[in-house]
Amino acid sequence: MITKRIIPCLDVKDGRVVKGIKFDNLGDVNSPVELAKYYSSCGADELVFYDITASSDGRKLFTEILTETAKNVFIPLTVGGGISTIEDFDRVLKCGADKVSVNSGAIRNPEIIREASQLYGDQCVVISVDVKRVDGEFRVFAKGGREDTGMEAISWIKHCVELGAGEVVVNSIDTDGVKEGFDLELLKQVCEAVQVPVIASGGAGCIEDFIALFKEIPDIDAGLAASVFHFGEVEISELKKVMAENGITARL
Amino acid sequence: MIAIIDYGVGNLFSLRSSLAAIGYDAVVTSDVETIEACDRIILPGVGAFGDASDKLQSSGMADVVKAEAAKGKPVMGICLGMQLLFDKGYEYGEYDGLGLIKGNIVPIADVIPASYKIPQIGWNALDFKQESPLFKYIKEGDHVYFVHSYYAADCDESVIATTEYGADLTAAVANGNVYGCQFHPEKSGEVGLNILRAFCELEV
Repeated sequence: MITKRIIPCLDVKDGRVVKGIKFDNLGDVNSPVELAKYYSSCGADELVFYDITASSDGRKLFTEILTETAKNVFIPLTVGGGISTIEDFDRVLKCGADKVSVNSGAIRNPEIIREASQLYGDQCVVISVDVKRVDGEFRVFAKGGREDTGMEAISWIKHCVELGAGEVVVNSIDTDGVKEGFDLELLKQVCEAVQVPVIASGGAGCIEDFIALFKEIPDIDAGLAASVFHFGEVEISELKKVMAENGITARL
Repeated sequence: MIAIIDYGVGNLFSLRSSLAAIGYDAVVTSDVETIEACDRIILPGVGAFGDASDKLQSSGMADVVKAEAAKGKPVMGICLGMQLLFDKGYEYGEYDGLGLIKGNIVPIADVIPASYKIPQIGWNALDFKQESPLFKYIKEGDHVYFVHSYYAADCDESVIATTEYGADLTAAVANGNVYGCQFHPEKSGEVGLNILRAFCELEV
């Protein structure tokens, strides 16, 4: 049986891993290469690197870090952050990324999803969506959660999958950083809407939050988190053990 | 030295890095003399069967791989590279493979329940069907990383491992010195490295 995936996310700025609470108050955590090796050794099923650098110097540093990581870590690597063009896809794939996650870039130009999936295959293109409740509906936010696009989230996600996105990362801004559990209401709706793998993000505070996610939404494929892993509040090896005890298929 | 066949398909960085990590030098090449000089061959690949098959033929690499396999050199196909070892592929049409392993590449949708997502993306367990030197350092039930929408059918005698995804799908195959993995050993952590290690240690 295919296993439920546990994915640590590393937000990388100027070559270092950072994580903000609700996207603010960034704090330095660790070296991306060392963290990636550590996570790989303790059972992470995949790693996500988000490049949150704005400058070109930072971007160059990011690709160096990515290359160094890909040389040392042999589990799937997904890269996101600042992906807008096919050249961006090409740049990170050449550094050893296996999948590329696109967010604001797809909001500006949805055709990037179609172009990239035709060029690299659906499996390579991950659509990442930041979602927040506004006036009783799920709204897509752009620019790292700062800008309300006015688009309804479920229909946007369906559209992206039609264009060729092979996986969806759903990040709930409402639950992100709060550590009181994943946004089950939102995630259930996304899982009902699309037939590609869905990765839950935003809100994990403890092992029980992952168990609740996989138990309540059997169709969810993976749980993604950052700070709970970085600060050791959730040990991945322990999480996998508890998943197995609860009848959730995990790679131990 | 291991030849990773370069025919313009896929990202070969991770494959070369993973071989380096277990102490084996590999060269990404489409040069016939270089390939002939190597003691084993890996055929990688991602994308669609037809396009890759065309590129394999037009680059001349199809003939080289077949000739080297016929000499008894260990050959391993990975993912689409494994699928290309078979007779025919039925992805958006009908295309010829290398014919090194008997069987056809067909959609997994033909055999799995509609509730299963396609492609299969993720870690799944290996069920051994035959003994193989490829499994020297791993055990049944070990997990490896899959990304695929098609699988090898009509190939019972060469299946050495399957994986359960609503049906038993071909996960690894062998026909003499020719091996194939539907999953990505270069992305399957320690287990994957151990499969590559076993391949690199096969006697020539």
